[in-house]
Amino acid sequence: MNPLKKVFLIIVITLIAGYISLPHIVPIKVNYKGLKIDTGIVRPNLNLVGGKFKIEKNFDLVLGLDLAGGSHLVFEADLSKLSAEKKKTAIESLRDNMEKRVNLFGISEPNVLVSSFEGKERVIVELPGVKDAKQAIDIIGKTAELTFAEITDEEKGGIRITDLTGADLKQASVAFDQKTGKPSVSIEFTDDGAKKFTDLTEKNVSKPLPILLDGVPISSPIVQEKIIGGRAQITGNFTTEEAKNLSIQLNAGALPVPVRLVEERTVGATLGVESVNRSVKAGLVGLLMVLIFMILSYGRMGLIADLALIVFGLLTLALYKIIPIVLTLPGIAGFLLSVGMAVDSNILIFERFKEEIKRRDFPNALEVSFGRAWDSIRDANIATLVTAFVLANPLDFNFLHTSGPVRGFALTLALGIVISLFTGVVVSRNLLRVLITEVKK
Amino acid sequence: MIDWMKYRYLYFSISSIVIIAGLFGLFQWGLNLGVDFKGGTIAEYKFSKSISTESISGNINKDIIDVNSIQETGKNTYLFRLPPLSSDQRQKVKEILLGIDDKAEELRFETVGPSIGPELVKKTIFALLISAGGILFWVAYQFKSIKFGVSAVLAMFHDSLVLIGLFSLLGHFFGAEVDFLFVTALLTILSFSVHDTIVVYDRIRETQKKTGEDLVDITNHALTQTMVRSLNNSMTIVFMLIALVLLGGTTIKWFAVALLIGTVSGTYSSPFVAVPILITWDQLEKKYKK
Repeated sequence: MNPLKKVFLIIVITLIAGYISLPHIVPIKVNYKGLKIDTGIVRPNLNLVGGKFKIEKNFDLVLGLDLAGGSHLVFEADLSKLSAEKKKTAIESLRDNMEKRVNLFGISEPNVLVSSFEGKERVIVELPGVKDAKQAIDIIGKTAELTFAEITDEEKGGIRITDLTGADLKQASVAFDQKTGKPSVSIEFTDDGAKKFTDLTEKNVSKPLPILLDGVPISSPIVQEKIIGGRAQITGNFTTEEAKNLSIQLNAGALPVPVRLVEERTVGATLGVESVNRSVKAGLVGLLMVLIFMILSYGRMGLIADLALIVFGLLTLALYKIIPIVLTLPGIAGFLLSVGMAVDSNILIFERFKEEIKRRDFPNALEVSFGRAWDSIRDANIATLVTAFVLANPLDFNFLHTSGPVRGFALTLALGIVISLFTGVVVSRNLLRVLITEVKK
Repeated sequence: MIDWMKYRYLYFSISSIVIIAGLFGLFQWGLNLGVDFKGGTIAEYKFSKSISTESISGNINKDIIDVNSIQETGKNTYLFRLPPLSSDQRQKVKEILLGIDDKAEELRFETVGPSIGPELVKKTIFALLISAGGILFWVAYQFKSIKFGVSAVLAMFHDSLVLIGLFSLLGHFFGAEVDFLFVTALLTILSFSVHDTIVVYDRIRETQKKTGEDLVDITNHALTQTMVRSLNNSMTIVFMLIALVLLGGTTIKWFAVALLIGTVSGTYSSPFVAVPILITWDQLEKKYKK
């Protein structure tokens, strides 16, 4: 393929990347001498249907919790009372129940992961856009083990825990007491549970039947008569929110082991938007300085490097959207850093060119510089990729960092390096061949 | 041609002064550890008006828990540093703040238990060792000499020491905290450092193939030829980072500063630490063989 065709191909790729990089709605605001336009161009999403195949892609940037707002919670499980073989199943059902609770709480696209390090088992819960982190923590982190007890010794207050528990529930929902209007939780037992409940109420007519949540009595209704049908109501001293939380917990099931919150990171949506705006501003100012610097240092060739850098920016943004990469604040820093590093290959080549032009004619010097500089560009970038690999920890080694922001940073940095090899070497080389050598002739 | 290697003891002295100043800070004041390492809570709130930090701090101290510090981070925005809060304590703090200003808004809330810190340190050490090992292997393999690999890695540790030491001073005088992002920066600058070193080494390798000159002459050549590139490339990175430090906001300001220190130190350490070590080693080796 001759350079002219390659340049044409590069232009096509850049246009596609540029199109994908555009935000979904491009705002157009004009307010000039009575002329007022406030509208937006909508970039249509990709929606291809061809026979069996269907490609849908909306090309929106995926923002991490620190930019979109949300909570990152880490719970540590207390497994001290379990045998080794039971631990694994406990962790799995712990994760499942936590995830069920999150879903019932109504958070879209939550992320619930298990992580272990040196015998400590943890569940990481990521809740994008959560408004009330405290409520979420209360719902997710509470064991919520419901037990029914019977009074064995009325004077001393002795009780016996029965085998009727939250595990015998089919469903729980919030109800309001018809007389007092106070919120309560209405429960429905499974067939098995209903049988146990009938037996229990039969045995305890006109006695109180304490209901315990995590070992603490929440209500102790007096049994009027034997209850058949497997329905009951827990009328504790609830607020509506508490009743709602409890019904979520009961529906999802009790946690098999107690957990405690060891880490919370919550970012409000306002701070996230501010971070994005600030980063964009910093990025543009930095980019402008780099562009000017390259022209001042290398003249016409610097201009070509600048073009390649803009291609780099568009390609990178487009790839973030296509892959997609979850963009975090450190991730943006990684991107900005890679912009600073992307011109490195050009600088290497141009410095080499300054030496070679003393010995050869223009096109020759150009080709030799690209060829000679390639070795050091390759070796240096592979070394950078090594550290990016350790930081990104793609194989999920437990002894390395598994935190989202650090990975986000490493991913954007690594992607930046790979793309900069393409733009710094292939793109700028062909642009130079076509634009500058042609003029020379 | 400039005889760079003639001044190699000057370079060692400059590095030593910076590192010793850093070590002095480390022993005198230690590092200013953030909540990621020592556990605790940081919460940032935005108010609709300016508040008196003393009275708020007094209110919280009286009822709930000792406030470590309240720092103004922006217009009517304040960062609270507290010991780890329980769910109830957190609610109470929020109530007190809403009592002062009913438009108070929680911008971010981070609480980290005390168990996380030691793990972070362990994982960082693992990551450092694996990265350093990988780079050592790669450089030694590419340049077919363990000398090249070891001196590159030593320059890398030089940069890490400079960064840790300077952060102890920055922490003491300007309140820079060592947190998760600092760790990320620490690992990232490893690659900056070795990036430049490899470019110089590559030049040495190329010249070695062509001429049978003495290693000192070859490196002097290589340094002269790569100096402008090293400086220019660092300039473009420095531009991006300075923009981030000045405009990027409080959350990543110190992260950008750490990367900035790493960039400068990494640029310096390639010609003025890695290469002089390589030369000194080579000369010592020859002396012993004789």
